[in-house]
Amino acid sequence: MAEFLQFAFSGLTVGAVYALVALGFTLIYNASDVINFAQGEFVMLGGLVTVFLVAAGLPLPVAALVAIAAATLVGLALYRFAIETARGANAVTLIMITIGASIFLRGAAQVIFDKRYHSLPPWFGDTPIRFGGAAILPQSLVVLAGALVIVVLLWAFIDRTLFGKAVLATAANKLAARLVGIDTKLTVGFSFAISAAIGAVAGILITPITLTSYNIGTLLALKGFAAAMLGGIGSALGAVIGGLLLGLLEALSAGYLSSQYKDAVAFIVILIVLLARPQGLLGRAKVERV
Amino acid sequence: MIILATERLAISFGGVRAVDGVTIAVPENSVFSIIGPNGAGKTTLFNMISGVYTPRDGHVLLAGEDVTGLKPDRLARRGLSRTFQNLQIFFRMSAIENVMVGRHRHERTGIFADLLHVPTVGRQNRETRARAEAALDRVGLAGLAGQSAGSLAYGDLKRLEIARALASEPKVLLLDEPAAGCNPVETAALEGVIRGIAAGGVTVVLVEHDMRLVMSVSDRIHVLANGATLAEGTASEVRNNLAVIEAYLGVHGAQEAAHARH
Amino acid sequence: MSVRPIDERPFAKERPSGGAHVGAAWRAMAERVGRHRLIPVLLMAVVIAAAPVLFPSGYYYRIFALVYVFALAALGLNLLTGFAGQVSLGHAGFMALGAYAVAIGPAHFGLPGWLSLILGAAFSALVAFLVGRPILRLKGHYLAVATLGFGLLLAIVFTNESDWTGGPDGMIVGRLVLFGWVVRGSQTWYWVSGVLFLAGAALAYNLIDSPAGRAMRAIHDSETAASVLGIDVARTKLLVFVISAVYASVAGSSLAFFNGLITPDVAGFLRSIELVAMVVLGGMGSIVGSLVGAAVLVLLPQVLTFLHDYEHMVLGLIIMGVMIFLRTGIVPSIAAAFGGRRG
Repeated sequence: MAEFLQFAFSGLTVGAVYALVALGFTLIYNASDVINFAQGEFVMLGGLVTVFLVAAGLPLPVAALVAIAAATLVGLALYRFAIETARGANAVTLIMITIGASIFLRGAAQVIFDKRYHSLPPWFGDTPIRFGGAAILPQSLVVLAGALVIVVLLWAFIDRTLFGKAVLATAANKLAARLVGIDTKLTVGFSFAISAAIGAVAGILITPITLTSYNIGTLLALKGFAAAMLGGIGSALGAVIGGLLLGLLEALSAGYLSSQYKDAVAFIVILIVLLARPQGLLGRAKVERV
Repeated sequence: MIILATERLAISFGGVRAVDGVTIAVPENSVFSIIGPNGAGKTTLFNMISGVYTPRDGHVLLAGEDVTGLKPDRLARRGLSRTFQNLQIFFRMSAIENVMVGRHRHERTGIFADLLHVPTVGRQNRETRARAEAALDRVGLAGLAGQSAGSLAYGDLKRLEIARALASEPKVLLLDEPAAGCNPVETAALEGVIRGIAAGGVTVVLVEHDMRLVMSVSDRIHVLANGATLAEGTASEVRNNLAVIEAYLGVHGAQEAAHARH
Repeated sequence: MSVRPIDERPFAKERPSGGAHVGAAWRAMAERVGRHRLIPVLLMAVVIAAAPVLFPSGYYYRIFALVYVFALAALGLNLLTGFAGQVSLGHAGFMALGAYAVAIGPAHFGLPGWLSLILGAAFSALVAFLVGRPILRLKGHYLAVATLGFGLLLAIVFTNESDWTGGPDGMIVGRLVLFGWVVRGSQTWYWVSGVLFLAGAALAYNLIDSPAGRAMRAIHDSETAASVLGIDVARTKLLVFVISAVYASVAGSSLAFFNGLITPDVAGFLRSIELVAMVVLGGMGSIVGSLVGAAVLVLLPQVLTFLHDYEHMVLGLIIMGVMIFLRTGIVPSIAAAFGGRRG
C-alpha cells in the first residue's frame, strides 16, 4: 500500500505537469486548430531561464517572472511569425511548422544555455512528508497546488470575463466571432501567450523535482499531447484529467512492470486512444457529412 | 427489366428522418429522374444507393441482387457509378488521367506487374487511354484531354466527371445535380450528353433541380418531399400533379398558378 | 450525340507522303522516347555518373553515398505522402528496422548480409502491413501523431532491448559480402547506393504510370470518388504504406552496411522529421525532388560546418521556412516556372 501511494503521488506530480502542457495544447487547438509541438519548449524555457537568471544573481521570484514573460514572448512570436504567416495551411503543415519551431527552440537553448541538467531549490525544503507509509516531497504538493490554482484562474477568466468569452467564441467559430467584431488575431494570440505562460509556470514548479535541460521539451510535448488526446482533444477538463491519468499510468507501470519502457506508455496510450476512441474520454465524436 | 430498385429505404440523422421509406423501380435503359424541393432527401437517397451511407431500413437491389450497405467500390464492380453534386474531381491530374482512373475496375494487372511495368501493363495503359479518350469524346471534351483538371471551367468539370463515370462502363449511372451551377449553354450541352448516354445502353438516374432539363430528358420522374414519395409518373403526369405543384410553390402559389392558367 | 466505336481514332495523325513521311516517323519516335516515363531515370543516372568529376576531394564520395541512401528512403516516403497523400511522421522507424536487420542477422543468427537485407525488408513490410491496417483509417493530424507515436515506440524498443540491439551505444555491422566481393569503401558505396536509388526511382516511375499508381494519386485528391470508381481505398493506402516501408528498410540496410555501425537514433524523431522535410523541400509528388531534397538536407550541414553548434537551429528554421514559404517544393516550383504547358 505504501508502495502504491508512493508511485501514485509521484505519478500525480508528473501528471500535473502533463496536465498543464495538455491544457496549453487544448487552448491553442481550440483557438486555432493547431497542434502545437513547441508546447514542451515553453516548459523547458520556464525552468532553464529561471535557473540561469538565479545563477546570475536575481532572486527566485523575479527570475521566475522574467522567465514566464520570456516564454510568453516566445509564444507570441511563434504565433505571429510562424502560424499567422502560414495562414490557410492544412493541419499537417501546421504540425510540421510547430515541430520545426520546437527543434529551433531546442537548438537555441542548447547554444544559449548548455547541455547539462540543472536544478532549482525546492520552495519548502526537501524533507519528505510521511503519509500512509509513503514519502512525499513538499515540492510535489507545490506542483499539484500550483496546477490547481492555474486551472481555477483560467476557468474563472474564460467564464467570467468578456475577453474570456471572446476567446471561447473564437474557438467555437472563428468567422462568426470576427463577424461580431471580435479581433480574432488578439484572441488567438492571447491563447498562444497564455499557453506559453502556463507551460513556463509548470517548468518552474517541476524543476526542483525532475531537473531541467535543453532537451526535455520534445518528450514533454509528446506526453502532453497524449494526455490531451486521452482526455479528449478540445476539452480543457479532459486535458487535466488526461494529464493526471497519464502520469499515474506511467508511474504505476514503471513501478510494477518495467521502468525501461516508462516513456513508451504515452505512445501506447496515443495509439490506443486514436484507434479505439479518437475523441478521448470527454471529447465529442466527429460526424462527417458528405 | 428493373435494373435498379429500392424498397422502403430509410435513414435518420440525429432525430431527423432524412429519408422515410422510399421505394423506386428504375427500368433498364431509361432516364429516371428524382426531383423535389430542397431538403427532400434526394442526395441522401443517392448516397444510400451508391453505398456512401448505410440505410437504417430497407433494401437496394441492383439487377435483382440485394446490394444494401455494400461499399461504393463493391458497387462499382457490379456496374453502378455516380457523379457528385459538389464535384469530386482529381484536381492534381489531367483531364484524361481523371477519366483513365474511371477504367480502374477493368484493369487487371497486380502490384508486382505494375512495379516492373511488364509488357501487359504497357498494353493495358494504351487500351485504358484509348477508351478514356473515347469517353471524353462522348461528352464533347476531346480537345481538353491533356489539360490539368484544375484549369477547366466549371461546366467542363461536370462533363469530365460524367466521362469518368462512363469510362467504368456502368450499367447504371447516377447523376447528382449535373446542371447545378451551369449556365444555359452548358445545360444544353449536358442534355445532349445525357440523351447520348441513354441511347448507348446505360440506365441514367438523375437528381436535378433544373425542371426544363428534367422534363426534357426523363422517361419517368419520381417526386420526393420531406424524405417521402410524393408522386411518380411521366413528365406530363408529374407536371400537372397538384400535390407536386403545392410542394414546390406552396398551397397559395399552387392556387395562383392554377388561376394563371385559366 | 451517338456512340463512336474506338477503332475510329479521332486523334490519329494523317500520314504524310514520301520523304516527309520518314522525317515525321523519326520525329514521332523521338517524341515518344522523350515522353517515356523512364527518361528522368536516365537523366539522373547521367548526373550520378558525372558528379564525381566535380568532387573537390574523395570525401565527397562518402557524402553523396549518404545522399543517395536518404534519397531512396525519401522516395518511398514521397510515394506515401506526396502521391497518395498519407502523412507519416515515423518513417525513420522502418529505416531502423532495415538497419538493425543487417546488424542482427549476421551477428545473432549467422545469416549473410544480403539475406538479412531481404529478410529485413520483408519484416518491415509485415510490420507496415500489421500497423498500417488500423492506423491508416485515421486522417490528417490524427494519422500524423499515430505514425509519430509508432516511430518513437520503435526507437524506444531499439534502445532498450540491448541484448539484441546493443542498446544506446548501438551495434557494429559486418560488411556486406556479395559472391565473395566485400563491399566496402566510400567510392564503392557511392556507386552501389546510386544504383539502388536509380532502381528505386525506376520502380516508382513504373508504379505511377500504372493502375495502382493512378489509384494512389486518385485517393490523394478524393477518396470518395476513387471509391465509386471501384478502387479499394483502404487496400490501396496499405499497399503504398508497405511499399514505402520497404524502400525505407532497404535504405536503412544500406546505411548500416556503409557506416559499419548502427545506433538507435536512426529510428529517432528527428530523423523522421528530416525525411519529411526532404520530401516537402524537394517537392511532394516529384521523384527527382526526393533526390534534390535529400541532397540539400545532407549537404547543408557539410557546407555549413562552421555552424555545427547551430545545427538544430538551422534545421528548425529550414523546416519552418519550407513549410511556410516553399510548400510546393523546389522541383515543382522550377517546373512551373519553366512552362505550365504540361497538364
